[in-house]
Amino acid sequence: MMLDPVLLSRLQWAWVIAWHILLPAFTVGLASYIAVLEGLYFFTGREIWFRISGFWTKIFAVSFGMGVVSGIIMPFQFGTNWSRFTDATADVLSPLMAYEGLMAFFLEASFLGVLLFGRRLVPTWAHFFAALMVAAGTLFSSFWILATNSWMQTPQGYKIVDGRFQPVDWIAIIFNPSFPYRLLHNVTAFYITTAFVVMGVGAWLLRRDRAAAEARTMMRMALDLLIIIVPLQMFLGDQHGLNTLEYQPAKVAAIEGRYDTVQPTPLTLFGIPDDAAATMRDAIEIPDLGSLILTHSWTGAIKGLKEWPPDQRPPVGPPFFAFRVMVGIGIIMLIVVVAGQILRLRGRLWQSIWFLRLCQWVAPLGFIAVLAGWITTEVGRQPWTVYGLLRTADSVSPSLTGGDVIASLALYVLVYLIMFPTGIAFMAGLVRRGPQQVEAEAEAIESGRPNRPFEDAARAGVDR
Amino acid sequence: MVLDLVPLWTVLLGLAVFYYVVFDGFDLGVGILYGLAPGDRAIVMNAIAPIWDGNETWLVFGGLGLLAAFPLAFAIIIPAVYFPILIMLLALVFRGVAFEFRFKHPAVRNFWDRAFCGGSIVATFAQGVVLGTFIQGFKVDGRQFAGTSFDWVSPFALFIGVALIFGYALLGAGWLILKTEGDLQDWARRAGRVCLVAVLIAILAVSIWTPLANADIARRWFTWPNIVFLSPVPIITALIALGAWYALTHRQELTPFLCGIGLFLLSFIGIAISLWPMIVPFHYTLWQAASSQSTQAFLLIGTLFLLPIILMYTAWSYWVFRGKVRAGAGYH
Ligand code: HDD
Ligand code: HEM
Ligand code: HEM
Repeated sequence: MMLDPVLLSRLQWAWVIAWHILLPAFTVGLASYIAVLEGLYFFTGREIWFRISGFWTKIFAVSFGMGVVSGIIMPFQFGTNWSRFTDATADVLSPLMAYEGLMAFFLEASFLGVLLFGRRLVPTWAHFFAALMVAAGTLFSSFWILATNSWMQTPQGYKIVDGRFQPVDWIAIIFNPSFPYRLLHNVTAFYITTAFVVMGVGAWLLRRDRAAAEARTMMRMALDLLIIIVPLQMFLGDQHGLNTLEYQPAKVAAIEGRYDTVQPTPLTLFGIPDDAAATMRDAIEIPDLGSLILTHSWTGAIKGLKEWPPDQRPPVGPPFFAFRVMVGIGIIMLIVVVAGQILRLRGRLWQSIWFLRLCQWVAPLGFIAVLAGWITTEVGRQPWTVYGLLRTADSVSPSLTGGDVIASLALYVLVYLIMFPTGIAFMAGLVRRGPQQVEAEAEAIESGRPNRPFEDAARAGVDR
Repeated sequence: MVLDLVPLWTVLLGLAVFYYVVFDGFDLGVGILYGLAPGDRAIVMNAIAPIWDGNETWLVFGGLGLLAAFPLAFAIIIPAVYFPILIMLLALVFRGVAFEFRFKHPAVRNFWDRAFCGGSIVATFAQGVVLGTFIQGFKVDGRQFAGTSFDWVSPFALFIGVALIFGYALLGAGWLILKTEGDLQDWARRAGRVCLVAVLIAILAVSIWTPLANADIARRWFTWPNIVFLSPVPIITALIALGAWYALTHRQELTPFLCGIGLFLLSFIGIAISLWPMIVPFHYTLWQAASSQSTQAFLLIGTLFLLPIILMYTAWSYWVFRGKVRAGAGYH
């Protein structure tokens, strides 16, 4: 039982995708930010944009590198561990993923070279163009992979022949019911995550009295974006939830910690779920509020999990708690951003040391919210990989033994625990060096095809 | 109207895999040689730093292309090589992040130097093992792989793994000759000669070993009149080998690389002839493993439109970084 290949494969999948998603969460936003900065530099010619962009581009390079290597692992997981899922769904899902490769990965990878190394080799407009293409690539990537995932959540446009899914209508497959919500909610989440990091880094630089002009610009840009998209994200989340209620009511029951159907439904703020007894212990509830939030009426009914046979219920714990973490973070974010804007209106933003310190603390919250959101989504979908149609237990590769998967999982854990902390430490090091210094050093060594071989050769001994 | 798209996808996927083998082959090869290269090794790494990411993307495309066009093959082959794939992926992780990490911190440079070279060697070996296992064929039951996760352990597969290390190193040496000069270039020529000899021995060994191990393959190559039609394959291989030796011992800059590609192309064709029309040797043909007509058509439209664009901007990025790399020529 301990060595169940299904359970272990799920753990392995969760481990590799959870690390992978952290990087897009940052690079999707950062790529767009860099494109904006490059655009501002191209149109205004002001050096400050160039310096900020150079600073973030170096951090982007590290995170993008990690995003790529952790990403290459992902499609192979479908083959190694989920070969029955692959055989059943490939006719529908594989083109979506292949389009991600064609439209996104090549675009990103090719223009990334020019973005990182080409500053001196191509004109400013071409560098700006490369930044735009990388940003577009990350967005295409999100589009296709989220279409894939959303189809697994809310499948349509298919027929089943001999137990395998066959495509019938491609538009219906791509634009399946949960896709628009998931795409918007995710991309907004990525922008929020990045903006909080940018703001935190700006605050840190200000407190150290380093590169003050750049740091203030960063904070201002982040605050202006966030005051719009944090409330927007809450609205999108609400809409996403309503959509889920329509198509995956069991998931919503798990999110709400609802085992019994009651009308009108209270809102459970907190409790200890007990799946075996199918009850919520020590629940703290607010009467009627559940109906209001989920059905937008005082008396609407939410189905409880007991409406489904036990073998079709998702576990309640992870979605229930993860959802509360995500929404809690959303509320904290809103408070921080509103506070920041108020301070700014009063002209006290740069003097409020407490606020700068707060910005540093909340900088990583976006990542936690993204993980929490995905845990809600994916565990809430269980026990299915294709909702209502293909069970997770029937998706795993038949040739695998528990021992095989233990070995591979252990290796993934080991390697990721070396790679990710190192990468994070490197990025922290780049932040510590600050914008100007990074640029000054880059002046010295930049150029992939140097025009001054003698100087470069002379410097080689010192620098490398 | 039903148009058979399988041949088209076979050609497309074959080209994609070949493109991957040559392009990531040379940059993995550069990584392999990196551990031995004398002098300023930053030059060696810079010879591929701006382009490796694009090259590796073809691995993703090859994998996803196989999944999309021949999903049954993907679902059977990938679990069969569970561990080689795992090892390859992890080795690529180390090698990939080394590009970023090595330059950013002198204190741990040594570790990431080893990770870069070691990762390249291990990833190449694992790819060779996958290829060797593929050529030998799989245990299959219905639509699933029926063997164990250790079926790939065989002398033949391990041999191909080692051979591929020399093969990629040969391509890597060719690339270094093209991108460097002086002592480093001379060294690359010497390394290239060693690799060439090893590669030729390996090609010879595989050409004897495979038909001995598999009667069908032997029949395909050695019965009349096939033997006449197929004889150009070994003959041209021998000619290219001679050309490669000449180029490596004389002041040729581009030819060693091209000859390396030529040797790979002929080996590739050789394998294709041996296995045709199998995609899961020796159980499913290309047609049996193909995805639905609608799937293939839907993806084909976009591929035919996007692939030329991809090749265009890939060429542009190579052109931006043309010419010799020199010391200190900066990373970032
Ligand atoms: C910065 C990140 C972030 C923030 C602040 C929020 N979310 Fe979120 N949420 C995500 C990031 C995210 C996500 C990671 O992007 C998810 C995971 C899967 C998905 O589609 O989006 C998600 C999923 C997700 C789901 C699951 C949908 C499903 O599985 O079918 C619901 C119901 C909500 N969100 C609702 C909300 C509400 C009401 C929020 C208001 C405070 C909120 N989210 C804030
Ligand atoms: C967007 C593309 C995604 C696809 C195609 C996908 C696919 C899958 C599949 C096939 C499973 C079933 C196997 C299992 O139960 O473990 C699964 C489960 C899971 N996925 Fe995803 N997933 C995606 C995104 C994510 C992301 C971004 C996360 C981030 C944290 C995530 C977290 C999980 C978790 C935690 C499980 C395990 C659920 C459980 O064990 O109950 N997934 N996903
Ligand atoms: C919500 C989930 C996901 C999102 C938004 C996402 C997005 C991205 C983005 C933007 C990149 C570019 C690298 C980076 O920015 O760090 C990337 C890399 C990659 N992702 Fe994901 N991804 C997700 C999940 C997955 C899954 C489930 C797979 C497996 C099918 C996958 C496969 C890959 C691959 C192969 C790469 C490397 C691309 C390259 O070679 O350049 N991703 N992903």
